Order: sequence, then C-alpha cells, then structure tokens
Amino acid sequence: MTHAGSETRRRSMIGMCARAATAAALAITMSWSTAQSARSAEADDSWREIANNVFNGRQLADGSQLITLEMPERAEDAAVVPVTMRANLPPGDTRTLRSLTLVIDENPSPVAATFNVGPSVTMISTRVRVNSYTKVHAVAELSDDQLYVAEIYVKASGGCSAPMASNVEEAAARLGQIRFRQFTKNSAALATAPREAQIMIHHPNNSGLQRDQVSLLYIPLFIVRQLRLWQGDQLILEMDGGISISENPNIRFSYLPNGASMFRAEAVDTEGHVFRGEWPVEPTM
Amino acid sequence: MRAHSKAVPLRSPALITLVFAVLLSRTATLTYSQEILKPLSLDQVGPGIYVHAGEIALMNEANEGAIANIGFVIGDEGVAVIDTGGSVREARRLVQAISQVTNKPVLYVINTHAHPDHVFGNVAFPPPAVFVGSHNLPRDVMERGPYYLNSFRPAMGALLDEVKIVPPTMIVDSQLQLDLGHRVLSLRAWRASHSDSDLTIFDEATGILFAGDLVFLRHIPVLDGSIRGWLTTIDELAKLPAKSVVPGHGPPSAPWPAALDPERQYLERLQSDCRDLIKRGVPIAAASQLAAASEKSHWELFAEYNARNATAAFSELEWE
Repeated sequence: MTHAGSETRRRSMIGMCARAATAAALAITMSWSTAQSARSAEADDSWREIANNVFNGRQLADGSQLITLEMPERAEDAAVVPVTMRANLPPGDTRTLRSLTLVIDENPSPVAATFNVGPSVTMISTRVRVNSYTKVHAVAELSDDQLYVAEIYVKASGGCSAPMASNVEEAAARLGQIRFRQFTKNSAALATAPREAQIMIHHPNNSGLQRDQVSLLYIPLFIVRQLRLWQGDQLILEMDGGISISENPNIRFSYLPNGASMFRAEAVDTEGHVFRGEWPVEPTM
Repeated sequence: MRAHSKAVPLRSPALITLVFAVLLSRTATLTYSQEILKPLSLDQVGPGIYVHAGEIALMNEANEGAIANIGFVIGDEGVAVIDTGGSVREARRLVQAISQVTNKPVLYVINTHAHPDHVFGNVAFPPPAVFVGSHNLPRDVMERGPYYLNSFRPAMGALLDEVKIVPPTMIVDSQLQLDLGHRVLSLRAWRASHSDSDLTIFDEATGILFAGDLVFLRHIPVLDGSIRGWLTTIDELAKLPAKSVVPGHGPPSAPWPAALDPERQYLERLQSDCRDLIKRGVPIAAASQLAAASEKSHWELFAEYNARNATAAFSELEWE
C-alpha cells in the first residue's frame, strides 16, 4: 500500500467568534449516563422505536447480505470507536447506494449520522462515541427507495475510557481546521479505478446535552451539523451529524474519480460557523 | 429494645429523651460500622509518608477498586491524603490505616486526576478536609463522574452505592504550596498528558514525588490526555530534584528519574508506530492492533489497554 502524494490542507472560517471556544470549554455534559438509565427498555424495543421514528414506519428489509457493518467487538476507546459500512450490491444489480444511516441504539441520541452519497460511493468509515453495551444498526437506502438494515453488537470498554474529549484546550484552539487526504491502493491503478479519500474537521463535537430527560435526546449544543463534499460540481458526500460522532469528525470513503480537478468541502456547525476548504485531485501515481 | 423498655420504667420526658438519644446513637454507630474494616496495608516510603500499593488489575468487587497507589503525608498540623481510591470502602480502610499512624486531622485531600480509581473514595473524608485538584479537575469529575458510576457498576456492584462525586474547592492553576506544619508540599498542574487534569505533589523535605498516573511501572501506561503532551511532561518531570517517586500504578516507591524510562520507551514506540501507520494510510481500526505491539512483553494489562492507547494516540497524531 502506498501513500498517494502529499496531504493538502486549507481552511477558511466565516462567522468565527470567541464565544465558540468558550462554549466548547464550558459545555459540561452530565447526561451520557443519565440518558442511558432513562432508556431502560429492552434493546429490541429500543430499536423498534428508533426505527419507527427515524424511518417513519417504512419497511426495513434484512440487509445482512447487502451491507457490511464493521466495528470492534469491544469499544477500546469509548470516545473513538471506528465503524465501517459497505454496500455490496451483487453483480447485475443496477441499483446504487443513496444513503447510509448509522444508529447506536443505547446512546443518548441514537442516530449518529446520516450519510447521503453520490452514486459511486460504496463505503463509509467514521468514528463514534459508544456509551454502553449496545446494538448498532446501519440502514442503507438504495436508489429504488428500498431500505435495508444490518446489525452488530458492541461492548463498551471498561477502564478510564469515557466518551468525551480528553483535551479540551486543544479542541478549542484548532476549531474548524479541515484536512483532506487521497489514498490509492495501487500505484498502477487506472484513473477510473475506485479510490479512497478521507476528510477530517477539527471540532470538539461536544454533545452539550442538558439533563432534561425529555429533550436531551434531540438537542445538541456544539457539533458539526452538516458536512458536504463535492468532486467538481458533483456532491459525493453529505453527512448530517449527531452527537455520537467523535470529536474531530473523520470520514473515510470510497468513490470513483469523475474527471474533475478539484474537491471542495463545506461544514456547518450548530453555532452557524461555516468552514470551507478545497483541494486539487491528486493523480493516482 | 422491647426488653430494655420494660426493664426501665420511663417516668419523665427528660429520661425518655435521654433513652432515645442513647438508642439513636447506638443505632447510628451500628449502621456506620456494621463491620470492622481492616486497615489498608501501608508501606512507609519516607519519614511521615505512607503509601498503599494498589493491585495491578482492573477495578472489581473483589479488589474493592484498590488498584491505584494512594497515600498520605503527615505534617505537624495535620495530614494531606493523596488520592482516595476506587471505592468508599477502600477510602474508609485508608482512614483506618491513617488513624493507626497518627491522631492528626486530615486537612487536605488531593486528587491527582479524575479517574475513578483515584477519586471514588473522596466522600469518606468529611470537612474540615479541603479537596484540592488541578484547574481542569472540577470539569472532569463533573462531566465524567456520572459516566464512570454507570460504566463501573457491572464490575463494582454495590460498592458504588456510596460513591459521590466530590469536586475540589481548592484549585491549582499551575503551582501551589500547602503547609502541613513544618512540611511544605509543592503541587503542580500539568498540560494534558496522562489525562487533562494531572497534578503532582512534591514533598520538599524528603524529595519524594507523588506523580499520580504521570508515572506507570509494571501496569501499562494508559493514555487519556495527549501523547505529545505526556512525552513533553516526562522530559520536564525528569528535571525535578526528586529522590524517589510514588507512581500512580506499580510499586509504592521507585528510584528517580529512572522510573520514567519504561513508560518513555513505551510512549515513544507508540508515537513513532502511529506516525508511521498514519503516513502509510492505514485505517485507525487496523492501526490500533499494530501500534506498539513490540512492547507487549514489557507490561501487565497490555491486552486491556494497548489498542485503546493506540486509538487515542492515532487520532491525536493524525492532526500533526
């Protein structure tokens, strides 16, 4: 495996203010545990309720053959648990992936993120917070409006692992920096072969949950709300993020080059800051 | 109780009150110490300085959460307790141990950071003891305390029933000296290193340093702050004119600054492996299984913590 060229990086911030850093530093959340104790229902009931709410009662087909959901069996670092979702459509199936929704059933706010993707994207990797022993679901929506679900079980780690930031000063100081990396697996790859890239944004993604048992599930304070990435003029990745996405949101994904010469990204957080960056497409060799 | 009432005819309200007071106080005493707690075993590591060496293990019901090295320093006026252990029960056993060595009051309870094996016993120390910690400690214990109480419940069970989150009221912004009476302790708060509320305590008279979890021996170092910060802190710690150290985990006392060498080697290996994996584009999940693998034979609890350390280091270093 070779690394595809040097990393490029550019950042711009609009609407940055000192208040953001203060909010990040002060956003004390007691609710990672209190929320869980409120969710005393059986795991299956949790999922049924979440699925009904999030997908408006739509039918979810068994996706165990179509979707791969990879997570470590034990969440080593509760604040940074890697997760990979892949759509594996069989040869001849002309449908494409439209979105992937990641649900961590027992987290205070179960929907970690929805990723809307361009037609060439088949894999999304990111990192999430895991609060306790939980089932995790990935729901794929295909181009024919069908929903498929895959499920995995993850054990939260013991020790001093906790799902919150461990270096708050650092987080506030670098708010909004965006980095983009392009990988290739094979230096002789064709220009049209699938590639992988990674976008990461420095942001505390602080849940900011209040202790209100009723509203805490859905009211975030200071997180990256939306991250969008274009290849040329084509939107290839759009994340609508929640509080379960780890500090410094980080997404690695597969895509097909479309001949464009630039990537462009825009992120918006819950305080209205907009962060932007653009990078030239790197050659595969 | 019934037999007692019958045997003593109660005639005056004053007498009734007295009898009830006696009964109440007996009841209270019985509730508080239903069993006689065995004092924690102590090592004397210097004049007036005692340490209980924790087990090299994860916290559980059998070990009562007593996995960290905790201790105390005695001055002419009173005692400073340094960390309170992983349960109120452990802390009460520390109180018993202190009372076997001195009658002086506990003036200060110093927490070296926010992790449960160091702070869960806090509530065993009533006023006038003043709680002392780094400027980040109040935030850390309030934010993480409820999470820890929840996540350690399966391992610790009813031992956690009495635990209360007690934040410090005396804050160390960078340095602070506490006088215990002809005995000065120099406290210093550090950048994010092992955690982001690390505090060391240096006894000026003996040159003994309580390092908290900035120093690990035998027990694999646990990274919950910043790997770059910790390595920088290690370089600065090495310059302290200490004679010996009480590590947060490991033996109760170790020579200084040689005690820093094993963890420095581990953290440097972890850092260089992560940097190399990042450069090669290896995803974090795979990298967490590879980084610092060569250090396995040197540490206890390697399987429990190395992948976690690698994950934390990787996600920090990819932003260099």
